[in-house]
Amino acid sequence: MMIDVLYFAWVRERIGLPKERVETSAATVAALVEELRAREERYAAAFADISALRVALDQELAEFDAPLDGVREVAFFPPMTGG
Amino acid sequence: MRVSVQDAPFDFAGEAREFAAGRTDMGAIVTFSGIVRDTGDAPLLEMMIEHYPGMTERAIEAIAREAQARWALGDVLVIHRHGRLTPGETIMMVATAARHRGDAFAAAEFLMDYLKSRAPFWKKERTAAGADWVAARDEDEAALTRW
Repeated sequence: MMIDVLYFAWVRERIGLPKERVETSAATVAALVEELRAREERYAAAFADISALRVALDQELAEFDAPLDGVREVAFFPPMTGG
Repeated sequence: MRVSVQDAPFDFAGEAREFAAGRTDMGAIVTFSGIVRDTGDAPLLEMMIEHYPGMTERAIEAIAREAQARWALGDVLVIHRHGRLTPGETIMMVATAARHRGDAFAAAEFLMDYLKSRAPFWKKERTAAGADWVAARDEDEAALTRW
């Protein structure tokens, strides 16, 4: 399946792009992270510690063990600092 | 309910006045505004606020709906800026209207606690010493447990 993967804040800076289309057969967010990590050093650096990251699936916060079935948009970012 | 995520500056006093106008059944209006603060070692030159277009509005609306479900509110307003801001500029505001002040105060605090760590904004500060992302604070996450 093809999904849009978005990166924000320092995750975007480390990977070097805000958004990309990814062909994946990953069943969960964690499996997608493993695939991305294996790509290149910049991905490995961005995903080195997933406890420092948050994920949203189709613009709703989710957990890293969440399934990707039917998901169109995945976003990775650090903990939010609004207000 | 009105939620606005915008690049442009806004007039806090004017927004508060407009929010309060035209209703006679609300006895309490609580407003809060967040300001770009410069208290670091190196003077702050600017703050860049990044956000997640689409999700930001959805997340704030969900937080505001939750506040309306928990307290008896007449209305809720949230304005949050993104982009480049300088020290002293207004980043955001919330306003709540209720018959009684208890509901208005509690809902405003709830909105602020959730906007801090559940609305997809990220702040980057630039000083003469360089630029760095503002780290989320454990206290902000812990603040959610009181609700």
